[in-house]
Amino acid sequence: MMLSKGLKRKREEERETETLAGDAWWLDPSLPAAAQAPPATASSSLFDLSVLKLHHSLRQGEPDLRHLVLVVNTLRRIQASMAPAPTLPPVPSPPAAPCVADSLLASSDAALSASMASLLEDLSHIEGLSQAPQPLVDEGPPGRPVGGSPPSLGALDLLGPATGCLLDDELEGLFEDIDTSMYDSELWAPASEGLKPGPEDGPGKEEALELDEAELDYLLDVLVGTQALERPPGPGR
Amino acid sequence: MGEDTDTRKINHSFLRDHSYVTEADIISTVEFNHTGELLATGDKGGRVVIFQREPESKNAPHSQGEYDVYSTFQSHEPEFDYLKSLEIEEKINKIKWLPQQNAAHSLLSTNDKTIKLWKITERDKRPEGYNLKDEEGKLKDLSTVTSLQVPVLKPMDLMVEVSPRRVFANGHTYHINSISVNSDCETYMSADDLRINLWHLAITDRSFNIVDIKPANMEDLTEVITASEFHPHHCNLFVYSSSKGSLRLCDMRAAALCDKHSKLFEEPEDPSNRSFFSEIISSVSDVKFSHSGRYMLTRDYLTVKVWDLNMEARPIETYQVHDYLRSKLCSLYENDCIFDKFECAWNGSDSVIMTGAYNNFFRMFDRNTKRDVTLEASRESSKPRAVLKPRRVCVGGKRRRDDISVDSLDFTKKILHTAWHPAENIIAIAATNNLYIFQDKVNSEMH
Repeated sequence: MMLSKGLKRKREEERETETLAGDAWWLDPSLPAAAQAPPATASSSLFDLSVLKLHHSLRQGEPDLRHLVLVVNTLRRIQASMAPAPTLPPVPSPPAAPCVADSLLASSDAALSASMASLLEDLSHIEGLSQAPQPLVDEGPPGRPVGGSPPSLGALDLLGPATGCLLDDELEGLFEDIDTSMYDSELWAPASEGLKPGPEDGPGKEEALELDEAELDYLLDVLVGTQALERPPGPGR
Repeated sequence: MGEDTDTRKINHSFLRDHSYVTEADIISTVEFNHTGELLATGDKGGRVVIFQREPESKNAPHSQGEYDVYSTFQSHEPEFDYLKSLEIEEKINKIKWLPQQNAAHSLLSTNDKTIKLWKITERDKRPEGYNLKDEEGKLKDLSTVTSLQVPVLKPMDLMVEVSPRRVFANGHTYHINSISVNSDCETYMSADDLRINLWHLAITDRSFNIVDIKPANMEDLTEVITASEFHPHHCNLFVYSSSKGSLRLCDMRAAALCDKHSKLFEEPEDPSNRSFFSEIISSVSDVKFSHSGRYMLTRDYLTVKVWDLNMEARPIETYQVHDYLRSKLCSLYENDCIFDKFECAWNGSDSVIMTGAYNNFFRMFDRNTKRDVTLEASRESSKPRAVLKPRRVCVGGKRRRDDISVDSLDFTKKILHTAWHPAENIIAIAATNNLYIFQDKVNSEMH
């Protein structure tokens, strides 16, 4: 890693030399805020730079949230300043620049919103699909148990495989999209009731096992698409 | 430091330095313990190195009170989160010492996800003269034992043993940026970008969430938590800072979930300094309570500010760290330097504050005299036991001989982590992979 004096410049980013020379144009206090019309090229290049940063940040496996939020907020500021001010009277100014800015804004606005939305959504999916519900303010004992790693017993435990996993809740949440209607089917209700061993049922356990088998077979048949109802039910029914 | 303290009187001891530049050796945190006898550093490779101050001895007067390596251990290892297909860095983000309650020392170290409690003990004696075992520990032939002896403790070479006592895992979804031990010595808190958890030091399988700023819809996220700390005396109070430059003081007695702050400290934006980067440079990178508990110190990109807990509207003091960078914000945004997180520190008597900058410079501000100084931590500019020379950055106009111009500052040499001894004028400065310890021998007592 070359440590050279002076400011580092990123190679892959297109940079307008005017941007650096005119570094302080937006700091000019003499211009009234409303009429302040920064050169479109400088602010649009800052805009592009910010979009690049945003995408680069979001491409990380686990983006630095602070960096991301700050870049997004800065981007919004730039975007807001690039939008034509509603109070300004129509100015017969150089037509090319505003048009370019507008089209840039229009195209990138949609793209920006879409990418920001989708990527922030991704973040929330990664983070925790089933967030433990927030504790209510008036709840008695505060908090909720978080994580279930057993107390460490020694160095071996610590240096073991990754324990930095998600909360138990999230593991369940990941499978939310799997269709479990088969397993929740009403069809099984009588069977499950029958599984409950009453006091007078002698071979309750045996019975339960055989019923289970029957159910599984039925399920298999349904899955495979055959006429499962031809199968005689197990004994005890 | 009194009125007559001239920085030229500061002597320094030049101690550890590595001649090789390995990424894993980059120091990521520095912390003195409560007496200042021990100094811990954490690095990017997950290691912790503890230095101990040598007691002053008449035999070697020139090495009075210097810090030598006491113990080195691997605190965190890189982990792989299989569910997310992400590697969890082993870099130590923060170390905090627990107040010493017995002969052992304890500290908390944390990476992005997991906090660990380490116990450091010394062994300097061993028992000798067993009846049944010989010197090597083998069982003796009982027929040779004719009399009984009482085993005695004999001195041995000091052995420092470090063992992990607790692992506080699975408490954070986002990256941990701070930990802080409560004055009750029983609990501590850990903060990530969106949440703060309260832990009991003896309980690892559960923590209480006390702050949660995650919005229901992540698209609405505009602010993150950047740092947090417990009040040094009031065990119910803590502060956390945000990326928008605000501080929130919270009282844990008020509610279980401290989303509603007791006090909000925020300075209104200066309209003359407004720019696209206003928010980024206002983001607070570090917050520290004063030892007295009356004030808070914050660091944002260009300034350090002192806040009075009784005044929320604005800081009572603002010090410019490197205002000459204000006109360079665009370039610093481009190369991401504008996102650098500098720490800040109080001296023991809360009269001087210190923070790092670029080009291996660090700055000190005397709150009483309003004098400030820029010093450099580098091998080239200082020899062991020499006096540090104040540096100056010139921004045009008259340039003195040893001035550095703004354009020749090295932005890759950043002093992000600094620490001040709790009682004496001894400071620890981390410059990339080097640790510098400076001592003020002449004025060793605090004023």
